[in-house]
Amino acid sequence: MYSDNFEYYRPKTVSEAAQLLKKHKGSRLLAGGHSLLPAMKFRLANPKAVIDIGAIKGLCGIQMRGKTLWIGATTTHADIAASPVLRKACPVLAETAAQIGDLQVRNRGTIGGSIAHADPAADFPTVLVALGATIVARGGKGERKIPADKFFVDLFTTALKSGEIVTAILVAPHGRHTAGVYAKHPHPASRYAVAGVAAIVELKDGVCARASLVVGGATANPVVITAAETALAGRKPDGPTIEKAASAVAAAIPDPMGDTYASGEFRVHLATVLAKRALTAAVERARG
Amino acid sequence: MASRIFGSGIKRREDPRLITGQARYTDDFVLPGMAHLAVVRSPYAHAKIRAVRTKKVAAMDGVLGVFTGKDMKDAGFGPIPCAWVVPGSETKTPPYPPIAIDVARYVGNAVAIVVATDRYLARDAAEAVEVEYDPLPAVADAEKATGKGQPQLHADVPNNVCFHWKVSGGDVEAAFKSADVVVQERIINQRLIPNAMEPRAALAQYSPATNEVTLWVTSQNPHIVRFLLSLDTGIPEQKIRVIAPEVGGGFGSKIPHYPEDSMVIFASKMCGCPVKWTETRSENYRGTIHGRDHIQDVEMAAKKDGTILALRAKVWANLGAYLSTASTGIPTILHGLMLSGAYDIKNIHEDVYGVFTNTTPTDAYRGAGRPEATFMVERLVDLVAQKLKMDPADIRRKNFIPPFTDGHAVATGLTYDSGNYVGALDKALAMAGYAALRKQQAELRKKGEHMGIGFSTYAEICGLGPSQVAGAVGFGGGLWESAIVRFHPSGKVVVMVGISPHGQGEETTFAQIVSSELGVPVDDVEVVHGDTERTPMGWGSYGSRSTPVGSGALMGAITKIREKSKIVTAHLLEAAVEDIEYADGKFFVKGSPGKFKTIQDVALMANVAWNYPKGLEPGLEASAFFDPPNFVYPFGAHIAVVRVDAETGEIRLERYIAVDDCGRVINPMIVEGQIHGGIVQGIGQALWEGAVYDESAQLLTGSMMDYALPKADFFPKFELAMTETPTTVNPLGVKGIGETGTIASTPAVYNAVMDALLPLGIRKLDMPLTPERVWRAIQSARR
Repeated sequence: MYSDNFEYYRPKTVSEAAQLLKKHKGSRLLAGGHSLLPAMKFRLANPKAVIDIGAIKGLCGIQMRGKTLWIGATTTHADIAASPVLRKACPVLAETAAQIGDLQVRNRGTIGGSIAHADPAADFPTVLVALGATIVARGGKGERKIPADKFFVDLFTTALKSGEIVTAILVAPHGRHTAGVYAKHPHPASRYAVAGVAAIVELKDGVCARASLVVGGATANPVVITAAETALAGRKPDGPTIEKAASAVAAAIPDPMGDTYASGEFRVHLATVLAKRALTAAVERARG
Repeated sequence: MASRIFGSGIKRREDPRLITGQARYTDDFVLPGMAHLAVVRSPYAHAKIRAVRTKKVAAMDGVLGVFTGKDMKDAGFGPIPCAWVVPGSETKTPPYPPIAIDVARYVGNAVAIVVATDRYLARDAAEAVEVEYDPLPAVADAEKATGKGQPQLHADVPNNVCFHWKVSGGDVEAAFKSADVVVQERIINQRLIPNAMEPRAALAQYSPATNEVTLWVTSQNPHIVRFLLSLDTGIPEQKIRVIAPEVGGGFGSKIPHYPEDSMVIFASKMCGCPVKWTETRSENYRGTIHGRDHIQDVEMAAKKDGTILALRAKVWANLGAYLSTASTGIPTILHGLMLSGAYDIKNIHEDVYGVFTNTTPTDAYRGAGRPEATFMVERLVDLVAQKLKMDPADIRRKNFIPPFTDGHAVATGLTYDSGNYVGALDKALAMAGYAALRKQQAELRKKGEHMGIGFSTYAEICGLGPSQVAGAVGFGGGLWESAIVRFHPSGKVVVMVGISPHGQGEETTFAQIVSSELGVPVDDVEVVHGDTERTPMGWGSYGSRSTPVGSGALMGAITKIREKSKIVTAHLLEAAVEDIEYADGKFFVKGSPGKFKTIQDVALMANVAWNYPKGLEPGLEASAFFDPPNFVYPFGAHIAVVRVDAETGEIRLERYIAVDDCGRVINPMIVEGQIHGGIVQGIGQALWEGAVYDESAQLLTGSMMDYALPKADFFPKFELAMTETPTTVNPLGVKGIGETGTIASTPAVYNAVMDALLPLGIRKLDMPLTPERVWRAIQSARR
């Protein structure tokens, strides 16, 4: 049960929210409340002030803006999962959203909240890193664009500076021969990722022009499996090639996390199997 | 129109209010001037309490009082009584103070309480109470706790052994000596957390003017709570009213009389206002009882042809830090007496050690003792079958007690009421398409795929029970039931019962019975339960007893109403009482069905008594009590089909077939609902659930983020069927169905997974069967 010893604000604009953040030391932003409220109930978070950004207009929605997909920070997982725009331009993002928690969680939880919280078992960080997404943040000194692979810094820690707010996520839409798959072993209790693997593959004449493989759940932040990407680039993605690429996961995660449900060793094993399956499925899709 | 008593799946009348959120639970009650109580709980599994500093907190705005265990003791509030002390086992019953005094014995043990004007304020104030602890070594494992040099929980309980209970039948030694094969196993029937959807809550209103108290509480048995409160609060029983309003599930976890019941009464008395406490989910995980937690060393002896000769077991049952209300009866009477299961096993011996540990107290959890027995037997039977290369269906068939209708005595001393175990198995095999399944399995195995088929052919004991037996086995109460049927002048009926359903649907089934047997529309019957002032004394809802025992009382009252109605009808129709017959709501003169009075006619006349038989009491109301001559023994055959992903260790449940027999079926829809929920809960134990304590007895699975409850999408559609073997134990021939699914499904799924892994040479894994455990077993088997 959380303390009632905190103030609550509901600003109308991003700059108002940024000012409140600066003014109230130890304050926290509230979007869908699916990370902050549980932490407050366990009294792991005891903010002096809660700043609810739910009433800020223009922070929510999914649009094609020029050649880029724009996803507002307070867009819910459910909206992302159901978005026709995303289902066409970047289906892996919609499919990832559909695998988060349960219906109630998806109806409340937001993409901005998920990445700003930077839970090691969250799903979006893994996929956004694999997609090479860009995080847009605004603070007192204006707007800043942060590449996803520079955004997640440590356990529950991001590159956001004090007073900065995530406003949007930018993603490049898939080309005709690009496909992505997110494969996950959900914790049976929380449905957080025990291991989650995002694979993005671009084919050119049956050859892998570009591949991206990222593993989440086993470490503080998503890990890019560079050796796997190298192993695939310029090669025909057949069974043995994929198997070899996936086998690079273990070396890239020398020090995995574990808990009562799954040890670090098992997480790495799961990630390896999921990597193989995600790459195989992504190649299949990219072939059309 | 009147409803049929058997086989009519009318919709549950409880559901609209439950589904639309209009039902009122304990936490929904708000009284004028009500204050809120929060509990300060020990973060240590074992610690000396050096000091509880209350002064600063007591001075906080809105705080009405801060109290310790000593304060409660000084005010005359005694230890929480244990209501089941198994005889002949040298059971130790160390005091269980509602708030710990001097020593905290588990994580979550109450060490102080705070009362404040607002719930959040009370919680914040509780967080501010400073408690000085001297941490002591702790032990969570029951077997380990009995060893040398282990922490001692209670002063007069050496080696933490609360009791040593034995059950014996036949000549086990000789049977093992003469056996062709013996299988042995160590089974860990892991600790589970009951997780009723509604957490516990208690609200007390004490009146200093009359020394009366009303307690609204999440209870499965308000009359028992009242009885026990009269023992520890010092308030006499007739001055205590206990109300269990809507109760959102219990699974046994709302049987006990808990410390918080006494705390709110004490606080209401001290602060002069109504006081409410509502549990958080985190508190529920630590402060509400857990279930199971057995370490079992077991062995079974058999002949070459598969005939089972004997079963021998030694069990360490973890009781937690204190004795909860029914604690000692679960791993003994409700477990050890059922070791035969559905089989004719002539020689049985079991030693059960009840052990105190630095963990949350354990008590009845759905199935309560019987799942621990059934898993043991069902697993051992499979192990014998493996050793003899027999089909698991064949070995079961060979050893079943043959069909019986009028009692069968087993080695542990019980007499089962009725059963047709082979009938249930045959039906389940036919539904499963067993031969085809085995063929499919063989083909998949050739391809290196792992499919498994698992059985559980159970018999269980429920419908608790004959009161003489209850007394003989140390239960501190009776186990009969009561009912009052009252007709109003308008012909509408109120039924008041001693049982206290909390999700099982007796408001519907009991109305169905009255409607059928007295000829009133089902909607004209109101069923009242869960309030000691509005219902006759009764022992509550648990042990799948509400319908088998409660309907016995109800039928008694119905019979009395019928007899009296015949007298009234005879008078009105100027006929002889012996000539009046009853059918379909009408009392008529034998041979002239046109000359009749309806039950409504009779009710009106009995209530106004204008034209009435001389000497007959006015009113149409009857009360009855029913003490069953025996328990009831439902049974069935469950078959699970699973697929194991050898790469990840993940298990997929592909099919689940269940044939259950609970005697006559009153409402098939409700029976199915009970079976569904039970199966899910039992599979939860096999595959996902398990409370984990670390070396210092800290609970690691302390929330729903870590403790995996089953979810709807984990399951295929269940394939259910019934057989009907009536019992002679009660007037309707009905047996309980509340726990069978849970009892049966754990071993069915476990055996299926083991069957899938059999070609790899894996014969044992601990539950829950997590992917990592399965994967590791496969890895080492392949090495």
